[in-house]
Amino acid sequence: MSVNTKDIVYHRPRLLTDNNMHYCPGCSHAAIHKILADVLSDMNLADNVIGIGSVGCSVFIYNYIDIDWIEAAHGRAPAVATAVSRLNPQKLVFTYQGDGDMASIGTTEIIHAANRGENITVIFINNSVYGMTGGQMAPTTPLGMKTVTCPDGRNVEQNGYPLPITDLLTRLPGTCFVSREAVTTYKHVLHAKKALRKAFQNTLEKRGTSVVEFVATCCSGWKMSPVEANEWLNTRMKQMKMGRLK
Amino acid sequence: MESEVRLMKGNEALAHAAIRYGVDAYFGYPITPQSEIIETLMAQRPWQSTGMTVMQVESEVSAIHMVYGAAATGKRAMTSSSGPGISLMQGGISYLCGANLPCLIVNVMRGGPGLGTIQPSQADYYQAVKGGGHGDYKLFTLAPSSVQEMADFVSVAFDWAFRNCNPAMILADGTIGQMMEKVVLPPARPRLTDDEIAHKYPWAIDGARHSRIGSNRIASLELDAAVMEQRNCERQHKYELAEQNDARAEATLTADAEVLIVAFGSAARICAKAVDLARAEGLKLGLLRPITLWPFPSAYLREAAEHARGILCVELNAGQMIDDVRIAVESRILVEHYGRLGGAVFTPTEIVSAAKNIFKL
Ligand SMILES: Cc1ncc(C[n+]2csc(CCOP(=O)(O)OP(=O)(O)O)c2C)c(N)n1
Repeated sequence: MSVNTKDIVYHRPRLLTDNNMHYCPGCSHAAIHKILADVLSDMNLADNVIGIGSVGCSVFIYNYIDIDWIEAAHGRAPAVATAVSRLNPQKLVFTYQGDGDMASIGTTEIIHAANRGENITVIFINNSVYGMTGGQMAPTTPLGMKTVTCPDGRNVEQNGYPLPITDLLTRLPGTCFVSREAVTTYKHVLHAKKALRKAFQNTLEKRGTSVVEFVATCCSGWKMSPVEANEWLNTRMKQMKMGRLK
Repeated sequence: MESEVRLMKGNEALAHAAIRYGVDAYFGYPITPQSEIIETLMAQRPWQSTGMTVMQVESEVSAIHMVYGAAATGKRAMTSSSGPGISLMQGGISYLCGANLPCLIVNVMRGGPGLGTIQPSQADYYQAVKGGGHGDYKLFTLAPSSVQEMADFVSVAFDWAFRNCNPAMILADGTIGQMMEKVVLPPARPRLTDDEIAHKYPWAIDGARHSRIGSNRIASLELDAAVMEQRNCERQHKYELAEQNDARAEATLTADAEVLIVAFGSAARICAKAVDLARAEGLKLGLLRPITLWPFPSAYLREAAEHARGILCVELNAGQMIDDVRIAVESRILVEHYGRLGGAVFTPTEIVSAAKNIFKL
């Protein structure tokens, strides 16, 4: 069957590869990859971008988005990005990091890179757990949430409070744009795309560090179906400030 | 900038040599006895002359991963530290080896373990040459024993690192870093342009994947054991070639040596004086100074020890290089250790006495 290109109303982002994604059904990483590929394609950045991957479920992101990638060690993406951006100032440099990666083992690197106002975009995927290693508690795990390493629910006595890393980043003079986004509904997806585009634009214009947090699902880690996970996250989002934070 | 004769500290000479070699980036965190490296770089402001990036960063962990990022884009990147900081870098060094990236790491050793002392030591030999981090890897390890070598080894290290796509280390110690000597600084050469890098190093990430063919990622992860083994074998093959071709050593009065002293870095300087003293007494001492600690100059050592009845391995540690000395001579010759620990340093006379006592000279 031949398709008349005039009839095409929707197509896969040009920069998304044909490789089958390894993500679990309902995982937000897949949707966020698609948004990222879309925005990079739309902004014509394929020849001008270096992505810094991180350690977590998204470690194979270089198999899915067809641009130049550097795989950073766990938590160190902002340090890697600092050097790449300083030495290649004409390129758009961004990191893609999970909440274990950025808010736990890599807290030092993100705080200092953002505080220096490095010209990078930080894409922060906050799914409240360590997905890749089996759903353990993360610094972002909300109080009361059960995980394999807090089986009775996170409590302050044992685990302390969830770390509001994104809010902390808004306080640093080096950040120029901080936004909290989601991909649970089409409306959110459209909003998230806009935020990502804005972040990349800032980076190209050398305005400082831009941060786009995606509150995300981890069906396997949360032990929920994709529908349940989306509903749970939508409910939780009502208690969070969404959209532009700075 | 032309070649220039100066009087300066080893740390300062290394910093000047880095600028003159056309290094693209230095990332570091202060620690004694090597802080003059970053201080000299900052004072020289090379970002105004060569365009070199120099950053004081939040930790040695960040510094080594910044080196990784810069190296991934084909730039000549370096860092420097001492024991406590070099220990923190081990994970990053392993990643650099895993991703086959070239760079220079300078360790100006101090006494340990722990916070230890700021006095000179050679106790990080094992860490440098036996793979301080995880996985099977090696670092091309140069041991300078003069301020001149602190300057000269910058180019030797970077040239090797880029030829072999693997990190190199300059393993100095507090004495070499802090002492002042005459040094001939090399003439300056320009940094490579982005086009030259793209041409010379096709593996380098340049963010322009769509306008060229070739690799578009720098990574060390591989879950297929067969592929991973293959990659490891290729790396080991590279190391075997280096072992065959790249070892360096300096031999002094070894042809007729009855007892051969083996020592590197600052210890070798003291041993050179000990050999002079012994010869004045009519004792046939000789000195072999490994210049590369990995690859270890085993063939040079065997040749130097041909007529020796004993080898005295003199180190500012509890006996680390002695393992490689014994392996080199296949334990056919008696090999003994003489050392001082934790920042204490021996005198030439003490070394002569040790040789006399141990080998009944
Ligand atoms: C130094 C180090 N410690 C631990 C690990 C194991 N590890 C791999 S991924 C991961 C957690 C990732 O969680 P997160 O960043 O939230 O990403 P997600 O998988 O949820 O997307 C851990 C602990 C590692 N690779 N390196």
